[in-house]
Amino acid sequence: MIAHLPILQVIIPLMAAPLCLLLRHPKLVWLFSLLASGLAFIVSILLLQQVMTSGVISYEFGGWEAPWGIEYRIDKLNAFLLLIISAISTVVLIAAQTSIEKEIPKEKHTLFYVLYLLSLTGMLGIVSTGDAFNVFVFLEISSLSAYALIALGNDRRALWASFQYLIMGTIGATFILIGIGLMYQMTGTLNMEDLSQRLPEVEQTRTVFTAFVFVIVGVCLKLALFPLHLWLPNAYAYAPSIVTAFLAATATKVAIYLLIRFTFTVFGFSFSFATLPLETLFLLLGLVGIFVASSVAIYQKNVKHIFAYSSIAQVGYIIVGLSTGTVMGLTATLLHMFNHALMKGAIFLALGAVVYRLGNIQLSSFHGLGRQMPLTMAAIVVGGLSLIGVPLTVGFISKWYLLTALLEKGWWPVAILILLGSLLAVIYVWRIIEVAYFKAPLVGKTPVKEAPLLFIIPIWTLIIANIYFGIDTRLSVQVAQSAAQSLFGVSP
Amino acid sequence: MVVAFAIIRMKDLFAVVMLLGIYGLLSASFFVAMDAVDVAFTEAAVGAGISTLLMLVVITMTGRTEKVTRHKPLLALLVIAITGALLIYGTLDMPYYGSADAPIHHHVAPRYINDSMQEVGIPNIVTSVLASYRAFDTFGEVVVIFTAGIGVLALLSVARRPEDSEDITALDDSMHEQNLVLRIITKILIPFILLFALYVQFHGDFGPGGGFQAGVIFAAAIILYAMIFGLSNARKVINQDFIQLITAVGVLFYGCVGLVSLFNGGNFFDYNVLSSDPIAGQHLGILLIEWGVGCTVASVMIIIFFNFAGRREMQKINNNNNNQESSS
Repeated sequence: MIAHLPILQVIIPLMAAPLCLLLRHPKLVWLFSLLASGLAFIVSILLLQQVMTSGVISYEFGGWEAPWGIEYRIDKLNAFLLLIISAISTVVLIAAQTSIEKEIPKEKHTLFYVLYLLSLTGMLGIVSTGDAFNVFVFLEISSLSAYALIALGNDRRALWASFQYLIMGTIGATFILIGIGLMYQMTGTLNMEDLSQRLPEVEQTRTVFTAFVFVIVGVCLKLALFPLHLWLPNAYAYAPSIVTAFLAATATKVAIYLLIRFTFTVFGFSFSFATLPLETLFLLLGLVGIFVASSVAIYQKNVKHIFAYSSIAQVGYIIVGLSTGTVMGLTATLLHMFNHALMKGAIFLALGAVVYRLGNIQLSSFHGLGRQMPLTMAAIVVGGLSLIGVPLTVGFISKWYLLTALLEKGWWPVAILILLGSLLAVIYVWRIIEVAYFKAPLVGKTPVKEAPLLFIIPIWTLIIANIYFGIDTRLSVQVAQSAAQSLFGVSP
Repeated sequence: MVVAFAIIRMKDLFAVVMLLGIYGLLSASFFVAMDAVDVAFTEAAVGAGISTLLMLVVITMTGRTEKVTRHKPLLALLVIAITGALLIYGTLDMPYYGSADAPIHHHVAPRYINDSMQEVGIPNIVTSVLASYRAFDTFGEVVVIFTAGIGVLALLSVARRPEDSEDITALDDSMHEQNLVLRIITKILIPFILLFALYVQFHGDFGPGGGFQAGVIFAAAIILYAMIFGLSNARKVINQDFIQLITAVGVLFYGCVGLVSLFNGGNFFDYNVLSSDPIAGQHLGILLIEWGVGCTVASVMIIIFFNFAGRREMQKINNNNNNQESSS
């Protein structure tokens, strides 16, 4: 069975989704999805181990060898991403049943889990595959299910948010498809490995350049890079809390993975960074993104909006790391993807717990919440500190690597700007702390209890991971570093 | 092109939908001209057929005319124009259409064309690529359709109120009784459509066709029935829960073919191990997965239609109730 791990990774949640539809009983479906996601998590751990010890795994579908058939190609980068996605999905699912009881009508619970598993399948599929068209197919699965999941939010604005996301996401996917089509036209192959060998022959043509631009723009739409981020805040804010926690921690990471995969593996580093001024482009957009999104976050009244804008800012940090074009910078990018998944997963789950108790997520109703829901609020505080980048949290580690990478390049003004950006994070996190801990509860409001245990366990699992990986960085740094090195090794 | 412009300028949504149907047919014939018969068939069935139907249902809910918008999206137009211009400029040096030395004809494709007969053993190359060489992509597509069906269910399904069911029948009967000609012709046509769907399903190995097209045609027959004889009658024929079951079973069926080949010692979707003779195994595998595709596609289409139409019914009942209230 070990040889079939790559396919099991994707096929377990995939087959579990229609099975859920047959099971029908919501509680049973929940346990079953949890089981499927947990299995996927175990598979991803095994895969990572295998990749770290014995190198790239290739899996051929239908026994057809690579350029003719479809191939799954797991290297360190994919394995790392697979681990992040399946881990977050499993942890988030623990809280799912409790959370959606309040947020989604009962008859739709089964469908919710089906969509959730499909979304998970889509993301795992995008990350595992070594075939450019297969990427698009699974991109469709993950995005379609994400639109439906977001629209399930009980706020009517969720529909509009989902529609906006649908339009932007479809444009992004179409751009990617056009890019892939043009690549196929110039090389006659869809396999990424094969593409990377055949593209250099034709890299002077305008068509390849166009293909590259289309893919990059499409992916940037998906990852909500400033100024293509407009769909994100509302989608995150009005979706059911569980969906927000899951998507915020994973969806943008998958898009960033695609960006890295296309720029480094398919087109090759030298082509990507030589033909387009990607370095300056990413640096500028990343920095502007950090500042604009963080400043907007400061003025939000809806706490989910605050952290949604903060997500856009974090994408900025990730992209700045990428823009350096060095091993160090890429390591910082990968690390921050891992760390950001941990922080945002924890924070949005905690917000889910608040919604569970309060019924809304306006900053004004947070008064005195620090006393009433101590564990949940403490989790938000630790998550917030991690966002700022305080030592002993994961946020510090990724900022540290990012700054080292920038200084290595001699970009010290950028390093200073990054530090200033973190100060903005201090402001928006402080606003929440201030309201929750230092304002007395509103008169006449019934005090609420601490969140149920099924919320506290996953939230604090993630928070402890936040602290653990902030102190013991061996796993994350080692994997990120060797993944970055191998990406540069493939394309020197 | 002309049709596309007409679609954009037109304010009457009914005409727009009809034009979209024509547009679908035109692109289908365009695909035929490019020798992509399978794609043309799909486009004709999906683009000109089923999506036109679904949009008609939506129009009956929303009304025929477009809302007049005041703002002029000039910026968007500019962005689109620039993108389009860049796309054309950027692809000026791509190989000419049909030129023999274009890269696509020299790398992967020759093996499909020359060896698929020996390796897969069916005459229609498109089917062997779709269902065997790239079976996993096709599986992905089926899951996309499944996702779409579930999405529609999750967003549009309305809890049925049993006390209203009599109202619904009353409503439907009054609507459909007068169309005698339509009813008779439909009755004659439906068996043939179903038969044709099955033919397309099984003939996919030899000519253009396969699960996708067959599923859509099959669904079209059911939808036709529902449109003429009323939704509640159609519901009596086809139970909602049953349809959902079929949707899931289709995907599972397809996946299980893969799993079986896994347990027989091959890779996922390696049909060679399904039978002692590799060619027979390929045949069996393709036949089975096409069934999976057909099931899922047909039932998802029906689900989408039923849910849209179910919404419309609810709307009508609500209107009726409101009218009664206001009159009394």
